[in-house]
Amino acid sequence: MERTRRNILKLFGISALGVSVKPVFNAFASEAGHLTGYRMEKGKNALKARQWAMVIDTRQFHSPDDLKPLIDACHQAHNVPDFENKNHEIKWIWEEEYHHAFPNKTTQFLNEAVEHRPFMVLCNHCENPPCCRACPTKATFKRKSDGIVMMDFHRCIGCRFCMAACPFGSRSFNFRDPRPGIPRLNRKFPTRTRGVVEKCNFCAERLAVGKMPYCVEASNGALAFGDLYDPDSTVRQLLKENYTIRRKQGLGTEPSVYYIV
Amino acid sequence: MNDKKWIIAGIVVFLALFTFPLWYNMGRAAPAPELILTEKAKAARECVMPEKYMRANHMQLLGQWRHAVVRNSKREFVNPEGKVFTMSLSNTCLDCHSNKADFCDKCHNYASVTPYCWDCHLDRSKENE
Amino acid sequence: MLELAIKGSKKYYGWVTALLLIIGIGFLVYLKQLNVGLGITGMSRDVTWGFYIANFTFLVGVAAGGVMVVLPYYLHDYKAFGRITILGEFLAIAAVIMCVTFILVDLGQPMRVFNVFIYFSPRSVLFWDTIVLNGYLFLNLLVGWNVLEAERNGVHYRAWLKPFIYLSIPWAVSIHTVTAYLYCGLPGRGFWMTAILAPRFLASAFAAGPAFLILLCMIVRKTTDFDPGKEQIQSLAKIVAYAICINVFFFLCEVFVAFYSNIPEHMVHLKYLYAGLNGHTLLVPWMWASLIFMGIGIVLLVNPVTRKNESVLIVACIVIFIGTYIDKGLGMISGGFVPNPLHHINEYWPTLPEAMIALAVWALGLLVLTVLFKIAIGVKEEVQA
Repeated sequence: MERTRRNILKLFGISALGVSVKPVFNAFASEAGHLTGYRMEKGKNALKARQWAMVIDTRQFHSPDDLKPLIDACHQAHNVPDFENKNHEIKWIWEEEYHHAFPNKTTQFLNEAVEHRPFMVLCNHCENPPCCRACPTKATFKRKSDGIVMMDFHRCIGCRFCMAACPFGSRSFNFRDPRPGIPRLNRKFPTRTRGVVEKCNFCAERLAVGKMPYCVEASNGALAFGDLYDPDSTVRQLLKENYTIRRKQGLGTEPSVYYIV
Repeated sequence: MNDKKWIIAGIVVFLALFTFPLWYNMGRAAPAPELILTEKAKAARECVMPEKYMRANHMQLLGQWRHAVVRNSKREFVNPEGKVFTMSLSNTCLDCHSNKADFCDKCHNYASVTPYCWDCHLDRSKENE
Repeated sequence: MLELAIKGSKKYYGWVTALLLIIGIGFLVYLKQLNVGLGITGMSRDVTWGFYIANFTFLVGVAAGGVMVVLPYYLHDYKAFGRITILGEFLAIAAVIMCVTFILVDLGQPMRVFNVFIYFSPRSVLFWDTIVLNGYLFLNLLVGWNVLEAERNGVHYRAWLKPFIYLSIPWAVSIHTVTAYLYCGLPGRGFWMTAILAPRFLASAFAAGPAFLILLCMIVRKTTDFDPGKEQIQSLAKIVAYAICINVFFFLCEVFVAFYSNIPEHMVHLKYLYAGLNGHTLLVPWMWASLIFMGIGIVLLVNPVTRKNESVLIVACIVIFIGTYIDKGLGMISGGFVPNPLHHINEYWPTLPEAMIALAVWALGLLVLTVLFKIAIGVKEEVQA
C-alpha cells in the first residue's frame, strides 16, 4: 500500500476499531456468569405445568359487578394504571360483549343471556403466539418451562410490533409514565416505565410460590386454572365435560383460554 | 504550511475543552460516601453474597436474577453457603435495604450513575405511609 | 469531495439554514416526547402505529424507487440514465436515513435500540428490516460515492464495485418487500393480509420515487448549470406512468377480492377508508382525494402529448407524489388498525407535536439530500467545464 497520509489515517482508523472490539466483547462475556459457587433453582412450592390454561365458565357471570372483583384484584396487585384518556388505556383483564370478544362467531339473533353476559378477556397465552414471532428482541417470548407468554420489560424497545401482531388486542403500551394513574401502589410488585408494552402474565409470580392467579382466586370457582397437558387437571376435566370455544380459533394461534358459554 | 498557527491554536482549544472536566474538578473530589445499613441488614450480617462481591457485581447479579426469574422461571437463589433467598429486587434486596436514599442513592450519586431500576421498582421505605 | 458541499451561494446557505431551523425545532419537540412518552402523539392502544411508521413505509418506497434509474443503466446499458444514476442513488441514501430516523422516533425506548442486534431474532421481520435497510444505505453510499469520485477523476470506476452495483438492484426490491412483510404476515389484520401487499408497495414505490426524482431534476436544471436531460426526464416519466397504472390496478384487485368474496374482515377496512364506518369518516375525503390524484396522474402521463409537455409533467408528478403519499402515509397504516381486532372503532389523527417531529425528520432528509446533490452536481459541473 502506498504510504500516503490518507492510507495511514485509514490504518489508524481500522486499528482503533480493532482495539475497541475487545472491551465490547468482554462486556457481553461478563453476562455469561462468574464461577462463584451459587445456584438458581425453582422454589419447592412452585406449581408446574407444560402449558398453563384457563377455563372461564361464562354462565356464572351475569353483570359487570360479577367481573369487577377479578379485574380489580389483578389490576391493583399488578400496579395497572387507570387513565381517563382512552388512547392511553392499559388493561390486563377487561370486559367485552360477546360480539366483540368473538367477532367471527356472532349471529344476528343471539341467545339473549349470552348477548348481555360480560365476557372476561385477557392475554390468551397462545401456544403459537404471533406476538413472540414479531418481537425483534425476544423481549416477549413463550416460556418453555410453563407456556406463559412473558414480557421482559428491561428488554422491550417499545416498537409495538407485538401489538400489531396480536389478533386479540391483549397488549397495552405505556404511552406515558404509569405511576400517576395508579391509585394505590403495591410496593411489592414493580410498576412499568413509559415506552414499554405490557399485558397479563398469568400471575407467573404467584404460580412460582404455589398460589393461583389473582383472578382465579377472586372468581368463586367461575375460573379454573391448570395444566392443559395433564389429563387429570381441573382444566382438562372441564374441557372433557363441557363444550368450550376459544377466541379466533381459525387463526391457528391456539389460545390457552377456553370459554364455556 | 501557512495555517500552522491556526492548527496549533485549534489543537490547544480542543485540548483545553476536552480536559475541562478534569481540571475544573481538580482538588474538589468529594469524599467517598459511607454506606449506612438498616438494623435489619446489620442483624443479617451478610448479604446474599460476600460484601466485596456485592460492591463490585450487584448490578450483574441483578441482571442474572432477572434472567433466571423471567426467562427460566427459577426464583430461588442458593448462595455458596447454601442459604436460600428469593430472587427479587423489590422483595428481597429492598426489604433489608429499605433505606434507599442512604444505601443506594448516595453511592450512585457519588459515582454519577443513574440506574433506571427506580423507574419501575418501588422503594420500600415508604411502605407504611 | 465533501468540500463541494460547503461552497455555495447565499440561496444555498439560506435553504440549509431553514432546514436546520426546522430540524432544531423538531428536535426540541422530540426531547419532550422522550420525556413525556409517545402519549404526545395521536396513537392509541388500538392504533399503535401512526404517522411515523406511515412516513417510514412511504420513504422505504422512495428509497427503493432509486433503483429505477440504476437498473436500466447498469443492466440494460441504457446510456442516457448514466447522467442521473447518481441522483437516484443519493435520493435513496437520503430516503433511507429518513426511514431509520422515523423508526427511531417511533420507539418507546430508543436508547435500547441496539437490543435488536444484541438479542437478534431471525423470526422477527423487524430484525430483517433493520438488516436490509442498513445494507441498502451502505450499498448506495459505497456505489454512489465511488462512481462519482471516479467520474470526477475522469476514470472508470474500479472493477470491484461491479458486484456491489448488481447486488444493490435486488436489494432495492428486498427493502420494500421486507417492509410489506412487516404488515402482511400478521394474523387478524385483514386489511394487510394479502399476498399482493409487497408488489403493491413496490408499484407505488416505483411511481413515487421516480416522480420525486423528476421534480428534483427540474429543480436541479433550474438552479444549477447541470441539465439532467430531456430524454432522461421523459424516460423516468414513462416509468412513473407504468408504475402508477400498476399501483391502481393492484388496488382494484384488492377491492375485487374483498367485496366479491364478501368476507367482512377484509371488506370492513376498505369500507372504513372509502365510505366510513358507523359514522366514522375521518379519512374518507383524503382517500378519495388520493384516488383522484392518482387518476389525474394516469391521464396526464399515459397521454404522450401531456407527458411531453414539461410543465404538465410537473403537475402530474406532484399529484402522483401526493396521491401515493396519502394512500400509504394515511390510509395504509391506520386503515389496518381501524376497526381493531375486537371490532371497536377508534380513529387516529396525528397531533401537532407528532407532525412537527415528522416534519423535522423530512427536513433532515432534505438536508442530507441537498448536501449530497450539491456534491454530485458540483462534480458534474466540474466535469462539464
